[in-house]
Amino acid sequence: MALKMVKGSIDRMFDKNLQDLVRGIRNHKEDEAKYISQCIDEIKQELKQDNIAVKANAVCKLTYLQMLGYDISWAAFNIIEVMSASKFTFKRVGYLAASQCFHEGTDVIMLTTNQIRKDLSSPSQYDTGVALTGLSCFVTPDLARDLASDIMTLMSHTKPYIRKKAVLIMYKVFLKYPESLRPAFPRLKEKLEDPDPGVQSAAVNVICELARRNPKNYLSLAPLFFKLMTSSTNNWVLIKIIKLFGALTPLEPRLGKKLIEPLTNLIHSTSAMSLLYECVNTVIAVLISLSSGMPNHSASIQLCVQKLRILIEDSDQNLKYLGLLAMSKILKTHPKSVQSHKDLVLQCLDDKDESIRLRALDLLYGMVSKKNLMEIVKKLMTHVDKAEGTTYRDELLTKIIDICSQSNYQHITNFEWYISILVELTRLEGTRHGHLIAAQMLDVAIRVKAIRKFAVSQMSALLDNAHLVASSTQRNGICEVLYAAAWICGEFSEHLQEPHQTLEAMLRPKVTTLPGHIQAVYVQNVVKLYASILQQQEQAAEAEAAQEVTQLMVERLPQFVQSADLEVQERASCILQLVKHVQKLQAKGVPMAEEVSALFAGELNPVAPKAQKKVPVPEGLDLDAWINEPPSDSESEDEKPKAIFHDEEPRHVRRRQPEEDEEELARRREARKQEQANNPFYIKSSPSPQKRYRDAPGVEHIPVVQIDLSVPLKVPGMPMSDQYVKLEEERRHRQRLEKDKKKKRKKEKDRKGKHRRHSSLPTESDEDIAPAQQVDIVTEEMPENALPSDEEDKDPNDPYRALDIDLDKPLADSEKLPVQKHRNTEVSKSPEKDEVPVVEKKSKKPKKKEKKPKEKEKKKERERKVEDLDFWLSTTPPPAATPVPSMEELSVNTVTSPKDESEGPKREELEDEEDNTEHDQERKSSRHKKKKHKKEREEKEKKKAKRKQPEREHEQEEPVQNGAAEEEEEETLPPMSSYRLLAENSFIKMTYDIQASLQKDSQVTVSVILENQSGSFLKNMELSVLDSLNAKMARPEGSSVHAGVPVPFQLPPGVSNEAQFVFTVQSIIMAQKLKGTLSFIAKDDDGATHEKLDFRLHFSCSSYLITTPCYSDAFARLLESGDLSMSSIKVDGISMSFQNLLSKICFYHHFSVVERVDSCASMYSRSIQGHHVCLLLKKGESSVSVDGKCSDPTLLSSLLEEMKATLAQC
Amino acid sequence: MIKGILIFNNHRKPWLSKFYQPYSVDKQQQIIRETLHLVFKRDENVCNFLEGGSLIGGFDNKLIYRHYATLYFVFCVDSSGSELGILDLIQGFVETLDKCFENVCELDLIFHVDKVHNILAEMVMGGMVLETNMNETVTQTDAQKKLEKSEAGLAGAPARAVSAVKNMNLPEIPRNISIGDISIKVPNLPSFK
Repeated sequence: MALKMVKGSIDRMFDKNLQDLVRGIRNHKEDEAKYISQCIDEIKQELKQDNIAVKANAVCKLTYLQMLGYDISWAAFNIIEVMSASKFTFKRVGYLAASQCFHEGTDVIMLTTNQIRKDLSSPSQYDTGVALTGLSCFVTPDLARDLASDIMTLMSHTKPYIRKKAVLIMYKVFLKYPESLRPAFPRLKEKLEDPDPGVQSAAVNVICELARRNPKNYLSLAPLFFKLMTSSTNNWVLIKIIKLFGALTPLEPRLGKKLIEPLTNLIHSTSAMSLLYECVNTVIAVLISLSSGMPNHSASIQLCVQKLRILIEDSDQNLKYLGLLAMSKILKTHPKSVQSHKDLVLQCLDDKDESIRLRALDLLYGMVSKKNLMEIVKKLMTHVDKAEGTTYRDELLTKIIDICSQSNYQHITNFEWYISILVELTRLEGTRHGHLIAAQMLDVAIRVKAIRKFAVSQMSALLDNAHLVASSTQRNGICEVLYAAAWICGEFSEHLQEPHQTLEAMLRPKVTTLPGHIQAVYVQNVVKLYASILQQQEQAAEAEAAQEVTQLMVERLPQFVQSADLEVQERASCILQLVKHVQKLQAKGVPMAEEVSALFAGELNPVAPKAQKKVPVPEGLDLDAWINEPPSDSESEDEKPKAIFHDEEPRHVRRRQPEEDEEELARRREARKQEQANNPFYIKSSPSPQKRYRDAPGVEHIPVVQIDLSVPLKVPGMPMSDQYVKLEEERRHRQRLEKDKKKKRKKEKDRKGKHRRHSSLPTESDEDIAPAQQVDIVTEEMPENALPSDEEDKDPNDPYRALDIDLDKPLADSEKLPVQKHRNTEVSKSPEKDEVPVVEKKSKKPKKKEKKPKEKEKKKERERKVEDLDFWLSTTPPPAATPVPSMEELSVNTVTSPKDESEGPKREELEDEEDNTEHDQERKSSRHKKKKHKKEREEKEKKKAKRKQPEREHEQEEPVQNGAAEEEEEETLPPMSSYRLLAENSFIKMTYDIQASLQKDSQVTVSVILENQSGSFLKNMELSVLDSLNAKMARPEGSSVHAGVPVPFQLPPGVSNEAQFVFTVQSIIMAQKLKGTLSFIAKDDDGATHEKLDFRLHFSCSSYLITTPCYSDAFARLLESGDLSMSSIKVDGISMSFQNLLSKICFYHHFSVVERVDSCASMYSRSIQGHHVCLLLKKGESSVSVDGKCSDPTLLSSLLEEMKATLAQC
Repeated sequence: MIKGILIFNNHRKPWLSKFYQPYSVDKQQQIIRETLHLVFKRDENVCNFLEGGSLIGGFDNKLIYRHYATLYFVFCVDSSGSELGILDLIQGFVETLDKCFENVCELDLIFHVDKVHNILAEMVMGGMVLETNMNETVTQTDAQKKLEKSEAGLAGAPARAVSAVKNMNLPEIPRNISIGDISIKVPNLPSFK
């Protein structure tokens, strides 16, 4: 055997491996393609061999070639073969190749399902790991569905390495198989508090990614994340959470209020720029969500802007970039605070870095004013000339247009200047934004009436020089402007200087090379132009000339008739006939101008973009109703081109049905009239449409100054916008002079009569600049009864939409993940498969019993959740409150503890109130409800008791609750506290609790609540502990070995507070006690005394345990592994119910219930040093026996001793 | 989410490409070319972020890259990623490579692209960041290396010998093209713990 292997590998030595391939490619630089094709042939040979090593080598080489751009999909089957190799080395090669080249279209991928499942349950963690990694790249909906439950099981694997990968891949599974989200979510949530930081980070990662797409479903997790944010030290996790909060705050402004403080603290304290930046970002998001009516946050804005300014001024380009990016977010809501940094932004506009310039451009939007618009745009125009890449140039172009057109051209004082800018922009080559320029031209020409003359002259010049625009070989977007030019010249042809020349320009043969839709506009507007020329000439009585024009039309139009574009052809032939008819009549000497121009009588009004969409459907009109008899189904599909039209526009085909009565007809007529009135496109015959222009309010007050144009404006095709800057300056200067004069005059005349809008200040304020033209900006028309909402429909194809799932709803039976069952025989139930069905059973049982109450319960549960969130959000920290050793404090550090302390009692109060009100209501109702009511109350109390426990505890108890199937309990559990008395004298009372650290394996945190019981003021408190060999107190750096640690607060009379001390413990298998002393100064009116209080800190073994959830499958595996030692105890005389017993053990000894059957339960916990502890708890008549298994016998016996003590009290 | 990762050298030669979204081979090559084009257009001393535009699906994405001596490391990330965080991640990746290859140089990446892939897989999985703790990554990679060695065992020895012989006649390997100073170019970015 060995010989054969050696022989095989000797053969193999002479095969090329990856390194040889790479070397070979490097040595064949000239004929690389040939060399590679030769190699591929070799690889094909190698793939045919049986030796898996040879195959793996071949696949490895293929992976490399794939990167070079060679298609290797033909080898997909071989890749699967290598994936199924037994050796990890080869398996990894296979999975890597698969991850690089498999995708949903790969047909052999369905063959992998069982292989992957096998690898996932492999005993080697690296096999599982590599399968998960590979799967993450090529998971398909089918794979996701088939493997979801396997992966879910892995989420509670004993190895964190597997857990974190399993957690992370769940996101991919959710994306491909959204049904899995709800069943998997509870466990995912649990992983947020996994002891391993990697797993925790993975869970945060997944939930953040989910929440980013559908934030509202994750609002209920906010308290949990808040806790993580205040406790986590992992910057990556913090950043993720803070980003998540940024997404959540817009949905819940109260959350924002709660966040501001901790975030500001982080901003002040953190040294990591990445974290600082994200904090600033989220604060901005919070401020945006709060922007209405929260004036006192200006400090936060200032802080953000300040920090951002520091970033922008930094020499590091990255920070500069990000600073600008964040600044642009502030700009939207707080433009004022950004505007003060205009200098900085303008400076960035000159940066050599394109990304930074782009960001600065974004900011410019909010920086412009009437005063500086021209100057800024001039600067941008020079950038446009210099810009190299089209992307940046296009960006500049859109920005220029954005800036100028923002809020109804608010900042433009001179539209001639703007038109010239637009015309200048048409000289850009290769831009994609021709249509944008065109739209602007049209918009301005239509809406600013005063500018039409100028616009028409510019446009006709443009048409004249159309070859400049459209000549460039690439048929680029810029020719779109000709569309606008043609339309403007046609529509406003009365302003044309030389209409004849323009007409000729529009009829040039070259025009036929333009895109169809532009030609169509040409054709249409040629007629408009023709009509106006006709009119002019007939007025001047030049019949000859008129006929000449007609002749020109008749000659040139046929070129459009031949067009391949349907629209052009149709319009042209129609018009050609018309013109021919006119020609005939003209020959008879009939004046035609009137009739031709009647074709285009009336003026078009600008209409708001969504106007038509917003026209409400008139009452009583059912758009979906059939207008005529629906076609009978028996009609065969292919015999009806007619039916197609029915389908497409049933609304236009209004055929009257014979049986309609008169009333119906009248109603319809009315409806139609109304519709026409509302339809902006319906040209009405009202005598003067101009009347309906609503002038922009206040515009008429602005004094109009005619510009004295000394420079000839019409430089064909090349207008210069720069001149306007100078002109504008002069104009403003003149205006100012005039104003000054007026002012003087006013002074002389002692303010006589004339009322002016602004008192003129010595410095020119923004509003003082009067626009040059009578700006007749017409507000766009909207139908009178337009619907206010304009919700954009979401893209139905968005893959993330499927994940928009309510996660708080309880699971239904139908939602369980599909589990592969065919492999289980009824006899042997392997633990892995056991897991999910158990859950199923649990939720089924109570449902059968009492379905309706359960439903109610569920509803209540959900409501409670919402209430909880509300409550959490609404708490504000009241000043110093009495401490209730509520478990809330467990994981909060001293900074936040006072706030949380207060939550305990308040919450209870609130609930009592609830109870009372409910009680009152209840009393009013009938009597025999009372019994039920009692039950409810009991249940409530139970809940109350449970809620007092920290959330972590609560969740882990869920299996218990499930297991108990919410049976009615006869007795209620008294509130539990893990705080024990440490020492007490007349001055002070100390209670303490020990918590194991999740992150470090030899550290515990001792939280001590100090309560001042005297009337004195206690200060200078110091805690000193005599270290043992095994346990040491962590002291601040530099302090001596036996020095005490100061308590970071003082205690006024009657007040309590909590301090935390960290201890390092070497061995945790034995309980131990440490002696210590608290020294303090008690100060009252009589003077100060120095006091001492001795205590003994008892480190029980239970305090080294961390409640760790464990699933039955993993638990069974653990027990089977055989490396645990066993021991047991029995305690008699126990009267407590089993449920409460379990809760007690869970609570005091940090265990979690794995499974519970009747009065028997298995429990699990883990020590901070990784010992597994498994318990089997059995309850007899009045006794309880505990069997324990643990990786360390000493630890187990110590633990059982402690448990005995606990049970003895029951 | 990370959409893709690309490593190439100063001569526009890609050494590693990893896409976390499926693309056809041609599309991949096109993306690589575009990315190369975009990155090489940029001067030194400009910021390390590039708005990718249409590259890798949508305007939401950014290219975040770092340049070490002869190599460019480019990550394409969507808006959920923190820019500075990704820069730190790249730094962490390079440092991990440095540890795993013991003074990594470009040649390591050229000849052992599979190993680089494996290391990368310990840090980024399916486009999401798996592990930011460098020590953890190195530990896992080393453990896998050991496993690989034990599997090769008897059969592996001759193969290793041959490849050693093959490597002997490699005079052209210039040892000085190491990645060099991997100390951070951006001064105030403390790396993650």
